[in-house]
Amino acid sequence: MNCELTHTVLHGYLDGELDAARAADFERHLISCPECVAALEANENLRSSLQRANLYERAPAALREKVRKQLGASASPSVIPMRNPAPWRWLAIAATFLLAVFLGWRLLPLLRGNQGETALASAIVDAHLRSLQPGHLEDVQSTDQHTVKPWFDGKLDFAPPVHDFVNEGFPLQGGRLDVVHGRTVAVLVYARRKHLINVFVWPTTEPDSDPLSGSQLGYHWIDWRKSGMEMCAVSDVSPDDLAELHHLLMQ
Amino acid sequence: MSAGIEGASLDVLDSQDRARFEQLVLPHLDAAFNLSRWLLRGRADAEDVAQEAMLRALRFFRGFHGGDARAWLLQIVRNTCYTWLEKNRSVDLTTQFDEELHPQPSVTPEALAIAGDNRERLTHALEELPVRFREVLILRELEGCSYKEIAAITSIPIGTVMSALARARQRLQRVLTQSATARHGAQAGGRP
Repeated sequence: MNCELTHTVLHGYLDGELDAARAADFERHLISCPECVAALEANENLRSSLQRANLYERAPAALREKVRKQLGASASPSVIPMRNPAPWRWLAIAATFLLAVFLGWRLLPLLRGNQGETALASAIVDAHLRSLQPGHLEDVQSTDQHTVKPWFDGKLDFAPPVHDFVNEGFPLQGGRLDVVHGRTVAVLVYARRKHLINVFVWPTTEPDSDPLSGSQLGYHWIDWRKSGMEMCAVSDVSPDDLAELHHLLMQ
Repeated sequence: MSAGIEGASLDVLDSQDRARFEQLVLPHLDAAFNLSRWLLRGRADAEDVAQEAMLRALRFFRGFHGGDARAWLLQIVRNTCYTWLEKNRSVDLTTQFDEELHPQPSVTPEALAIAGDNRERLTHALEELPVRFREVLILRELEGCSYKEIAAITSIPIGTVMSALARARQRLQRVLTQSATARHGAQAGGRP
C-alpha cells in the first residue's frame, strides 16, 4: 500500500518531465502497481477538470489600457526615432513569423542530416513512449482502414495512406495525431504479435529515399520517403519485423 | 505605483528598450494578471498588483538579458504579490512542502471526476490551498510552465518542483473530495 512513486516520479511522468529512460522505467512499474495506475488516472482526471473549467483569467481591457499608458511615452510617435519606424517592426515580426512557419515545414526533412537523424529519432522514440501511456495510443480505435482514413480528414493538411495488413501479420489498431518537432503528424498504430508499432507519417518535399534505420533505448526505428510522404516506424519489435512492415507500406 | 517609480522607469529606458519591452514582455500581461488573480484570490486586487508588477518589470528591464521573458516577468509578479500579501493580509507564506504526506487510498478517480466537474467548486478548492501549493498548480496547470520555469519563478530548487506539485495535487484532491462528501451529506440529511 502507498507506493512511494505516487508522490514523486508519477508527477514527473504526468507532466512529461521525465527523460525517455525514466519514463520507460515508470511504465514498466505501472504494469505491476495498480496503486500507481489509479493515482495516475486520478491525477489525469484532476488535470482535465482544471482545464475544462476554464480557470485562466485574462487581463481586463482596463488593465491593458493602463499598462499601455504607463509605457505610454514610447507609443507616441514623437518619441520613436525615425531609425526605428513602426512599419519595419511589423515587417520584422511578419518575417520572423514566416521564418518560423518555413522552418517548421522544412525542419523534418532537414533533420535527415547526420546530426539531425539522432534528434529526429529521439523525438520519435519519445513520441512512441508517450503513446504507450494509458489512453494515449489511439484517437480513433479501429481495425478498419475505411474508418481510420476518413477520421484524419480535416484534421491534417495531407492524407496519410492507411492500409490494414492483418493477413500479413500486422493488423491495424487505429490512428492518432501527434506533434513531432512542432509539426502535426499522422500516426498509424499496428500490432505485431503482442507488440505495438507506431508509424509516423508527414508530407515532405524531398525526393524518395532508401530506408534508414537505427535504434535508441532498445527501440528500433526505420525511416523512409516515398511519393511526397516521409514515414518513420518505431517499435520494440525486431528490426526484421520493421523491415517487413516497411515493404508492405511501400507496395 | 507612485509617480516617482513611473518617472524613474521612463528615465532609464530609451525608446528602443521600451519597444523591446512591448515586444517581449507585454504579450505576457495575461499571464501576469492570471497569476496575480490566483495568488491574491481576487480580480480587483490582482489588477492593481499586476499593474505595479508591470511597472517594476519596466524598471528592471535593463537587467533582463534575454531568455525566457515570461518566467522573468512572472518572477517579478510573484514577488510583488507576496509583498502585497504580507502587507495586506495575514497569509501564511511559509508553508513548507515537507509536511507529512497523508495516505489517501479512498479517493477514487470516479469520485474525483465528479468532484472536479464544477468550476465554482474547483475555484473554491484552489483558493483554499496554501498559497505555496496554489502557485505551483497555477503555473503548471493553467500557465503550462515547465519545471525549470516553475523553479525560476518560485525560487523552489528544481529538484523539489516535482514533489511540490505532488503535494499540491494531493491537497487539492483532498479538498475537492471532502467538499463533495460534505455536499452529498448535506443533500442526504438536510432536506425535508
